[in-house]
Amino acid sequence: MPDNETANRTKQEKKEWEETRIAKLLAKKPERKDTFVTGSNAEVNRLYTIADIENLDYLEDLGFPGEYPFTRGVQPTMYRGKLWTMRQYAGFATAEESNKRYKYLLEQGQTGLSVAFDLPTQIGYDSDHPLSEGEVGKVGVAIDSLKDMEILFDGIPLDKVSTSMTINAPAAVLLAMYIAVAEKQGVSADKLNGTIQNDILKEYIARGTYIFPTEPSMRLITNIFEYCSKEVPKWNTISISGYHIREAGSTASQEVAFTLADGIAYVEAAVKAGLEIDDFAPRLSFFFNAHNDLLEEVAKFRAARRLWAKIMKERFGAKDPRSMMMRFHTQTGGSTLTAQQPDNNIVRVAIQTLAAVLGGTQSLHTNSRDEALALPTEESVRIALRTQQIVAYESGVAETIDPLAGSYYIEAMTDRIEKEAMDYIKKIDELGGAPRAIDKGYVQKEIQDSAYKYQMEIEAGKRIVVGLNKFQIKEEPPKGLLKVDPSVGELQKKKLLELRSGRDNADTFDKLQSLKKAAQGDSNLMPYILDAVRAYATLGEICGVLREVFGEYNQSVIL
Amino acid sequence: MDRPIRVLVAKPGLDGHDRGAKVIARALRDAGMEVIYTGLRQTPEQIVEAAIQEDVDVVAMSILSGAHNHLFPKVVSLLREKGADDILVVGGGVIPDDDIPGLKEAGIAEIFTPGTPTSKAIEFIKANIKRLA
Repeated sequence: MPDNETANRTKQEKKEWEETRIAKLLAKKPERKDTFVTGSNAEVNRLYTIADIENLDYLEDLGFPGEYPFTRGVQPTMYRGKLWTMRQYAGFATAEESNKRYKYLLEQGQTGLSVAFDLPTQIGYDSDHPLSEGEVGKVGVAIDSLKDMEILFDGIPLDKVSTSMTINAPAAVLLAMYIAVAEKQGVSADKLNGTIQNDILKEYIARGTYIFPTEPSMRLITNIFEYCSKEVPKWNTISISGYHIREAGSTASQEVAFTLADGIAYVEAAVKAGLEIDDFAPRLSFFFNAHNDLLEEVAKFRAARRLWAKIMKERFGAKDPRSMMMRFHTQTGGSTLTAQQPDNNIVRVAIQTLAAVLGGTQSLHTNSRDEALALPTEESVRIALRTQQIVAYESGVAETIDPLAGSYYIEAMTDRIEKEAMDYIKKIDELGGAPRAIDKGYVQKEIQDSAYKYQMEIEAGKRIVVGLNKFQIKEEPPKGLLKVDPSVGELQKKKLLELRSGRDNADTFDKLQSLKKAAQGDSNLMPYILDAVRAYATLGEICGVLREVFGEYNQSVIL
Repeated sequence: MDRPIRVLVAKPGLDGHDRGAKVIARALRDAGMEVIYTGLRQTPEQIVEAAIQEDVDVVAMSILSGAHNHLFPKVVSLLREKGADDILVVGGGVIPDDDIPGLKEAGIAEIFTPGTPTSKAIEFIKANIKRLA
């Protein structure tokens, strides 16, 4: 961007400044540390100048919001047109309890729903399965059949809200249930707005709720892409997630790299299945983490957007600009929260909220202060939501687009993260793509190394976490944590018994048999799953049939 | 002590959060212990079987899903049934303070909550190991 003469002169004068003034100063009084690094351990210089962005070409590298390469944002007016969607991830115990929490959140000014399912649901087991024992309703709501889903969205008009569902291996089943509930409300599928996570590769890498092996899992995903492009055109068919990769301990660059490498694998699978890139790519969405290193995080979001746009255009030959647009949801970093002095977490979340907003997120979940201790209470969730509202309405950062652009540091770091991510993607390409790299444990090992290093730095006091390894106080155990009623498991079992005796079992089994046959062949499974769901087949029954045909994924255990 | 302490690091239940389990496994290994990691989704029965087969001195479990009250005590009681109650059992994860007394009563020797340095877990294991003592 700068002319060469200015850049060269600045470089020259900076050198002189460091060799004379700074050197003299340091001799008398050294800086706080020998080296300064970001939250992700990248070295940080003392001062950034125009010389650090001498290769930046404004029109080519940054451009305008809503235009390729989307560095400055995906919409032309960004938050001046519409604020991001404030979407708190919630769900626990029964569908009845969760329905109450959703209505509360909507009353408090939340603008979209985000459903958390319990682990049995996420892994395709009914609440009465032996492996579900002790887990029913714990980390999210228990959904066994369409019956539960009808209760979950009771009184919530599905043509008016957008709903994000954190569901992966059985995403097709939960999407089918959502479509079926909408039908009962008289809302047709083409009116539905929302997202399913549907990102199995990061389950293998970091999150753990996989069911089927890679190949049939990728088939289910492309089946959903295809089905939705025709029947549910406004639905985000996948949320390619770096969030959990970061939670597992990756650096910011690794988060971008591994997420985009997964994205490349999904696009390749869909193209291989015969889909046209511009038919499905506009519905791909992403999901990132926001950590405490404010400026590095802002740069990360910008780098991710630019890199994805280039990949879609140059690698896959997308023509529709919407295929090149990286739209993403953000959640603040759960792993940055401390169980010690939990109210401090409110401040961390505020910084992370700023990072997400200055980074141009489309929707945001802010974590509650008590999440290192238990599921959040209603009061904690309200403070978290208010944090977003304060940033939106009081901080002023939403009034202009991408306000940090042009900062020497931000632009230099955006370049660095893009380059580091690209290097990883090349390496993963060499290994045969993301699914192979995951099978070999390469991706997991890179993340584990970063996680271990981070922990050791904390223990050595090289990295300060306030309240954890510095500024500690003696604390009383926290009070008033949310407890999930242990009788939820029994209640769900009872509901299942009633369901199985009340439905037309012959019809249900018929539909399950048709699904099985379809799974053995190569037709799109969505219509068969939808039929089974409408006949009140349970999630466990549907996934059971698919388990019989597909088998199960074997995790590669690497230390 | 003439041989290294052997530890089984285990993830009982359906929870997929294994960052903590893997970090602790590596820290124990760096502290000179022999570590076996089970991977995800282990039933109490599988954990006990692995513990006996691998002849470990310690079982260290991690749960972040809230199923600890159900799964931790089950592992202890199965170990007792198999006559392996000389194996030290410890646990960690997102575990509310209120639950800790009950878990200790059920035979889990110590519970490590978020923010615990790995060094503290290492010291505890070395000081409380029942076998090899």
